[in-house]
Amino acid sequence: MDFDLTEDQQEIRKAVRELAGTFDDQYWMEKDLAHEFPTEFYEAFAKGGWLGVTMPEQYGGHGMGITEASILLEEVAASGAGMNGASSMHLSIFGMHPVVVHGSDELKARTLPRIVNGDLHVCFGVTEPGAGLDTTKITTFAKRDGDDYVVNGRKVWISKAMESEKILLLTRTTKAEDVEKKTQGMTLFLTDLDRDKVEIRPIKKMGRNAVTSNELYIDNLRIPAEDRVGEEGQGFKYILDGLNPERMLVAAEALGIGRAALRTAVKYGNDREVFGRPIGKNQGIQFPLADSLARLDAAELVLRKATWLYDIGRPCAKEANMAKYLCADAGFEAADRAVQTHGGMGYSEEYNVSRYFRESRLTRIAPLSQEMVLNYLGEHVLGLPRSY
Amino acid sequence: MNIVVCVKHVPDAQSERTFNDSDNTTDREGVDGLLSELDEYAVEEALKLVEASEGEVTVLTVGPAGAADALKKALQMGAHKAVHVTDDAIHGSDAPATSLLLAKAIEKIGTPDVVITGMASTDGTMGVVPAMLAERLNLPMVTYASQLTIDGSAVTARRDGDTASETIEATLPALVSVTDQINEPRYPSFKGIMAAKKKPVETWGLGDLGVDAGQVGLGAAWTKVDSFAKRPPREKGEIVTDEGDGGTKLAEFLASRKFI
Repeated sequence: MDFDLTEDQQEIRKAVRELAGTFDDQYWMEKDLAHEFPTEFYEAFAKGGWLGVTMPEQYGGHGMGITEASILLEEVAASGAGMNGASSMHLSIFGMHPVVVHGSDELKARTLPRIVNGDLHVCFGVTEPGAGLDTTKITTFAKRDGDDYVVNGRKVWISKAMESEKILLLTRTTKAEDVEKKTQGMTLFLTDLDRDKVEIRPIKKMGRNAVTSNELYIDNLRIPAEDRVGEEGQGFKYILDGLNPERMLVAAEALGIGRAALRTAVKYGNDREVFGRPIGKNQGIQFPLADSLARLDAAELVLRKATWLYDIGRPCAKEANMAKYLCADAGFEAADRAVQTHGGMGYSEEYNVSRYFRESRLTRIAPLSQEMVLNYLGEHVLGLPRSY
Repeated sequence: MNIVVCVKHVPDAQSERTFNDSDNTTDREGVDGLLSELDEYAVEEALKLVEASEGEVTVLTVGPAGAADALKKALQMGAHKAVHVTDDAIHGSDAPATSLLLAKAIEKIGTPDVVITGMASTDGTMGVVPAMLAERLNLPMVTYASQLTIDGSAVTARRDGDTASETIEATLPALVSVTDQINEPRYPSFKGIMAAKKKPVETWGLGDLGVDAGQVGLGAAWTKVDSFAKRPPREKGEIVTDEGDGGTKLAEFLASRKFI
């Protein structure tokens, strides 16, 4: 057994840490408070070629695995960029996987190189007000009209839609009541987010405010058939491929925020003197941080195993779900303890830990709640009856 | 245009740097090393020059095994090849010995159009190696350049002083040292990192350069560290209580320290 990262992976970690480190906590605090997209940060990573880490080489990428992508996003989050930094590029890194696997050569040549060089911002349009994780309940409908499709419907919690030129959009092309299996009849498009036909409203939310989350009202959006990904009716199957990697990447981001929070808490514990000694001398401060270190390291091992399994082509659903569950909990707990270590100061924006806290909270909900992970493990791994 | 950039692997200036107890030389084991930040400007300037025309950038370092990391960083930034001069006998070398090794290595590489260095290392900070190297290579010396242009066989550099800037010119081949004002060094790109793995790195010992062990190392050094002591902890600041005369007191304090 070998726990060492490869030389490439170590180089990636080092280089990403260095580049992300040039954007400090002050930058992220200001972007978050101003609800402003971190353009300078995004462009620095695009220019360095980092957005193409997993993209095939023929489209300008580097063809690497989820392990490398997870190291990248973990280091981005750990720099203090948190979910603001990670979400600015998250979908460019692996979100287009269904297009890579199932898209036509023409569609890929037209879009993927522009995603790699950072020019094309994309968002992912699946969730609807009436269909959360129950994806087959979506009702946004694409009706064939000659060479085009005409789409109507609503989407919700679409990250980065405000900033995006295109959307990877899941629709129904056959109504749920007209298909044999409810997973049939869905079609995927990668198409322009035409502002005349799609109204985008940012949702006011708890944190990660440098990147928007949006409601979309789609009204007679005309999509040319060339923008369809793969075959009609197969969309659900296409997005399933990406679910496990998605969980691993969010796990990596959660882990990264946990690392940032722990680092900040340790520094404060050493620097802050009360009653004539550093507060970190108190076991009441020290033990929770030491405990978080152990939990973050343990969660990281499960994540490493999950990405390793995926990259060598073995089943990894159990490990991917566990990684997301453990990293989200360990990261959130570390952020909570960082706030506690800072006392009253932790509640201010100035010390950044309240921002980490808000963002790490997100990883316990997205891309699926902790409870849904347990449902998966209970039903599919332990063999207990389905509970919902 | 072919350029040789001399770089140094130094202990990270952000960490707690110290000396070895045994021989008072720089401790390179206890702290992480990296490509001297001041040398990144030299690498960047060389890359810009070559990108604007053609040719190759060779990075050169003298140092123990770990110094290969500094070469790797420069290769990741975009340099084409690297030479690492290393030998146990070099340990403890001072500026004259370092410049001798660099000069011999540059002669072996084949004298380029331009040799570029940083303005000093961030560990020794003597800043004399560029001048010594120019002397040994018998090249015109253009130091502390904050702006550099090369046109045909002429190199023009701006040097910023405290009160004025001067522009000087020399003919190629020449040696140029650059300041931290000259450019904004790039970060290695993903492509650069992957490409660096395939770039040639040559390792030369004293024998390859025809240098005798007696000419280098601690024994041959012109300067030595006699003793060292930890920097005393920073003293507490003086708090001036304003009793209507705060301004006067502040001015007196600044005058007593010769700030005004």
